[in-house]
Amino acid sequence: MLKEYTCILCPNGCEIKVQTEDEKVITIDGASCSKGEEYVRQELTDPQRNIASSVLVENGELPLASVRLDRMIPKDKIFDVMEEIKRVKLKAPVRAGQVAIRNVLNSGSSVIVTKNVKAI
Amino acid sequence: MAVQQRDVIIIGGGPAGLAAAVELYKKGIKNLLIIERERSLGGILRQCIHDGFGLTRFQQTLSGPEYAQRFIDEVEELEIPYITNATVIDITCNKTVRAVSPKGILEYRAKAVVLTMGCRERTRGAISIPGTRPSGIYTAGVAQSYINLNNKMVGKEVVILGSGDIGMIMARRLTLEGAKVKAVFEIQPYPSGLPRNIEQCLNDYGIPLCLNHTITQIKGTSRLEGVTVARVDEQRKVIPGTEKDYSCDTLILSVGLIPENELSLAAGIDLDGRTKGAVVDENGQTNVKGIFAAGNVLQVHDLVDFVSTEAERMADAAARYVSCNSLEACGLNVRTDGNIVYTVPQKISGKKDFVLSLRVKKPMRNCEIRISQNGEVKKTVKMKKALPASMIQVPLRKEALSDRADLEVAVTC
Repeated sequence: MLKEYTCILCPNGCEIKVQTEDEKVITIDGASCSKGEEYVRQELTDPQRNIASSVLVENGELPLASVRLDRMIPKDKIFDVMEEIKRVKLKAPVRAGQVAIRNVLNSGSSVIVTKNVKAI
Repeated sequence: MAVQQRDVIIIGGGPAGLAAAVELYKKGIKNLLIIERERSLGGILRQCIHDGFGLTRFQQTLSGPEYAQRFIDEVEELEIPYITNATVIDITCNKTVRAVSPKGILEYRAKAVVLTMGCRERTRGAISIPGTRPSGIYTAGVAQSYINLNNKMVGKEVVILGSGDIGMIMARRLTLEGAKVKAVFEIQPYPSGLPRNIEQCLNDYGIPLCLNHTITQIKGTSRLEGVTVARVDEQRKVIPGTEKDYSCDTLILSVGLIPENELSLAAGIDLDGRTKGAVVDENGQTNVKGIFAAGNVLQVHDLVDFVSTEAERMADAAARYVSCNSLEACGLNVRTDGNIVYTVPQKISGKKDFVLSLRVKKPMRNCEIRISQNGEVKKTVKMKKALPASMIQVPLRKEALSDRADLEVAVTC
């Protein structure tokens, strides 16, 4: 079976064609780097994504601090992780790099803050 | 208030202004000042909380605030002076800069002025959509600022017009926050954003992208109630009978960015009708000696990494200008064929290395960029695909160039 993917790992957006037979990869064509091949192999078995959102901040100069995951999670867990992120409330000051949720839903990925928010 | 003297005034503390400031300082120009109108540095990156920034520059994928913070940290460490909450209202051709701030009117005289004001979004008015004027219609960046900076959700049922990157990123963001994004409509026959964003922002969430479609009617009295969408032909004319109604309480517009150059015009700077930014030479210098431009105020970029490097190259030249009080003349024009929207710079000397930025008019496959002078080919770059969404950058070496003839740039399949 021939499947086509657009690699999302960098702005090049390589169009990668993969030929499979009984779920085994026969050929991968069109990736301009090795990461593209890895991406397609991951997509075939267990697609993973990163997400970005925000968490509430109490007593901060801004009402929110932005967050992202420190590693990708399975695509079908995105909305479950969003629910966890929505429950978090941090106290200012908040620093970029601070962990908001460690090992969210046992995914092995942590939610980390990406913005400094000073206390008022 | 007394007029203050500075070697360089930088207008705007976003990614271009920050990179320029750090580079100028490292080149020994320390009597400088960044003027920022918001209450903190960082520019638009403050609200771009998604990841994907910094892959070229830092070999890792960062969120916008993290990318900006790396430069802000450097500015703080080097103690580069900046003021926030100050809006520049006037630049003159003799490089007097006036700003308003809570402290009153500030006036500076500078040896050089660096324009890094970024760009603005095109609005509903700019594309003339007929209909009523209800609430619930936002540009993508405004919706992004409500959600990511102010904790205000903009709506529940959303239609997006325009397939710019920010619009697609907002489609995903709104979906994650519980809104139903019905579709993205694009008037052109190809997407205006990057393929990776179609994949990870639309396809991942089952949001359809409808090319060759536009909005012909906006409905609702106090709040938006729905839009009418229709197919367009090759001339972008609505095909009668293809109209379809979509109910929605929110319309997001992602229909293009325009460099913000009101200040530049008042200073007598020539703009390029194609980029809507200043006409510059290989030094990033405008037609007004000592006034330089880089970043989205010069040309709308696809990647912030390129904004930073463009600003640094410009800053190197601005530092030389401050030391020598002039730069070499750039009398050669860069000319383009019909497949190219524009190039930056528009003028060169033929005696210096520089990076040529350009965009193609329509998607092209297996094409070749050919750069020549007087019919003699100086450089060719083969490309598997060239998309209007991606800025193409071609470095050129002075050894390959002549200082006698205009540069001709062509893209052929």
